[in-house]
Amino acid sequence: MRLTPLKTLAVVAAGLSTLAALPAHAGKTLDGIKARGQVVCGVNTGLAGFGAADSNGKWTGLDVDICRAVAAATLGDAEKVKYVPLNAQQRFTALQSGEVDVLSRNTTFTLTRDASLGLNATAVTYYDGQGFMVPVKSKIKSAKQLKGQTVCVQSGTTTEKNLTDYSKANKLNIKPVVFEKLEAAENAYFTGRCISYTTDASGLASTRNKVAKDPKDHVILPELISKEPLGPMVRRGDDEWFAIVKWTIYGLLEAEEYGITQANVDKLKAESADPVVKRILGVSEDTGKLLGLSKDWMANAIKATGNYGEIFDRNVGPKSPLGLPRGVNNQWNKGGLMYAYPVR
Amino acid sequence: MRRFSFRDTPPEGTMAQDNPPKKNNWSWRSQAFRGLIYQVIAITVIAGVVWFLAHNTLTNMRVRGIQSGFDFLGQAAGFDIGESLFPFDSGESYWRAFWVGVTNTLRVAVLGIVLATVLGTLLGVGRFSRNALVRGLCLSYVEFFRNIPVLLQLLMWYVIMTEVLPMSSEAWQIGHFFLSKGGVNYPIPVWQTGQLWAAYGLLPGLLLGWLYRRWAVARFEATGQPRSMVVLPLLIVLLASLAGWALGGAPTEFNFPKRGEFAIENGGALTPEFMAVLLGLTLYTASFIAEVVRGGIASVARGQSEAASALGLNKAQEMRLVMLPQALRVIIPPLTNQYLNLTKNSSLAVAIGYPDVVSIANTALNQTGRAVECIAIVMLVYLTTSLGTALLMNWYNSRSAIKER
Repeated sequence: MRLTPLKTLAVVAAGLSTLAALPAHAGKTLDGIKARGQVVCGVNTGLAGFGAADSNGKWTGLDVDICRAVAAATLGDAEKVKYVPLNAQQRFTALQSGEVDVLSRNTTFTLTRDASLGLNATAVTYYDGQGFMVPVKSKIKSAKQLKGQTVCVQSGTTTEKNLTDYSKANKLNIKPVVFEKLEAAENAYFTGRCISYTTDASGLASTRNKVAKDPKDHVILPELISKEPLGPMVRRGDDEWFAIVKWTIYGLLEAEEYGITQANVDKLKAESADPVVKRILGVSEDTGKLLGLSKDWMANAIKATGNYGEIFDRNVGPKSPLGLPRGVNNQWNKGGLMYAYPVR
Repeated sequence: MRRFSFRDTPPEGTMAQDNPPKKNNWSWRSQAFRGLIYQVIAITVIAGVVWFLAHNTLTNMRVRGIQSGFDFLGQAAGFDIGESLFPFDSGESYWRAFWVGVTNTLRVAVLGIVLATVLGTLLGVGRFSRNALVRGLCLSYVEFFRNIPVLLQLLMWYVIMTEVLPMSSEAWQIGHFFLSKGGVNYPIPVWQTGQLWAAYGLLPGLLLGWLYRRWAVARFEATGQPRSMVVLPLLIVLLASLAGWALGGAPTEFNFPKRGEFAIENGGALTPEFMAVLLGLTLYTASFIAEVVRGGIASVARGQSEAASALGLNKAQEMRLVMLPQALRVIIPPLTNQYLNLTKNSSLAVAIGYPDVVSIANTALNQTGRAVECIAIVMLVYLTTSLGTALLMNWYNSRSAIKER
């Protein structure tokens, strides 16, 4: 066939209209995951205790365990996760565009993010607050002493704004030095370009433990200058998937509350007489069906990662290298803020 | 040259208005008609693709509940910026924040272009030196700096500055200058009305200097006696502004930097981020400019150099009066490219924490989530800057090109 200009135009136009007719939406996330056999999870590029790959390429951390629990609940196998390391700026675009199914990357829930980015905040997995780290030898004891100082900070986070608000409210005139990459910001602090490094207190603990030559040379100041509820986010417009991620987290929390652990989950599933335990583990009622999952969805998740308390202790708790106290992240009946909606 | 027309072109030599207008030839046989159709198709396809991309983006964003639009620019930015040429408060708008970023970018780009041109020209000329050591040094410089990626060079300078220099509390002091990880701190004059008189003195100084130079050039051309045409006029300008400054009461009050508890306080400061970006871009681009200059000089016919010697010009005069002016027309177009590269490379500054326009856009993007808008603004800024630079250089090029008659 000889292509005359008009025919060419017709072909191009036809091609364009095919493209335009493509659905703007990728369809149900869960269907995609089942077809793919994998949950694609956006995680941190390297924040020890939350999301970091070890020398063998194995991902560990609190955020990573949430991904594993979700994979176990949906696919019955916690290993079926593909981790996509994202920096602070890439993360929302990656989730919006469908590159990842869930963003579990120590992300703060804020109104702007929840209301205007086309994303939904699921459930809080770590209650944090922004703090400052300074070298011990600087003899700084309080953030109020940072008047006129340079503070290193990573861009693309809520941190920059908190720092400005705090600086303004206390008339400190702090000078931020903003870096694109976490590693660059940390490095600038440790080489002494800035007198202080600021991020969420958990992040400070992670950096101090992992990057500092001697963790004892650095101290985290007592002031926490913001509320940072961290947790996974999902795309808007897929309520079923939103519910699955949210209820997996609540399930892990409730498992701790009722004493279901990685070690005893099989035993309890077979023997427990407690109606709540039986419900969570899918022995009596089929809660999984309501979410579009198998009956033993929660049992699978707990078997893979343990309950929330176990996840916390293993990755960031007092006995882990990070050594963070349980504090406000304890269960509601133990003086903390963790209060899961009931799985029933 | 055929001019585009619906009609078949009239034969050579006939004036269009002499002939009665011919009937339009709407046929595939007419080359002009076919040409028109091709152009209509091309424009339709391009417009279609652009429309499709824009429409699809907007639709997708709406479907996913992502808010879009440039209305956020009027809102308060809410974040501080580490360094800026004018005071910026976090309560000011995103517009203003972007403007800080643009001025920071321009500050590095303009200074970098000036310094790289000076250094590059010296290095390029140095390649023709009769001294083997100078030639070798220039060659090694060029080969070293142009063969390492510029991002690595920026990181290298930044690491050197933050690793090697002492902490602010133990800053090296030379007179009233301090050097530390916090950057360079220097005294700045305290602004007083007396300094305005220096500017008043500058104006008559410029006029006097210009008049003198005109007279000197005229004398030289008439009598052949060489007169100072650069140093003396500059001296006149300097003396005149000094006289103005003295008339204004000779204010000498300075704001001196001094050691504070944790950092150097007061005075002016250059941050290590700014210095690393400026140094990195200057040294990198200078190596390319050196090659451009060398190529330009090499393109001037050898006879010109011999003729200059025959006229009794020394080596420096030969370079300044004969070789460089002729080389300039070969140098300017590729030089423009280097200027554009330097400006665009300044966007790498974000890697070492310099608040250029990309850095500000990154922050704004994350605070507001308006990714498409922020990227569009950055593109527009670089496009405008680059087109402006190119326009200026093309104008200079047309001035320095050989006028053929």
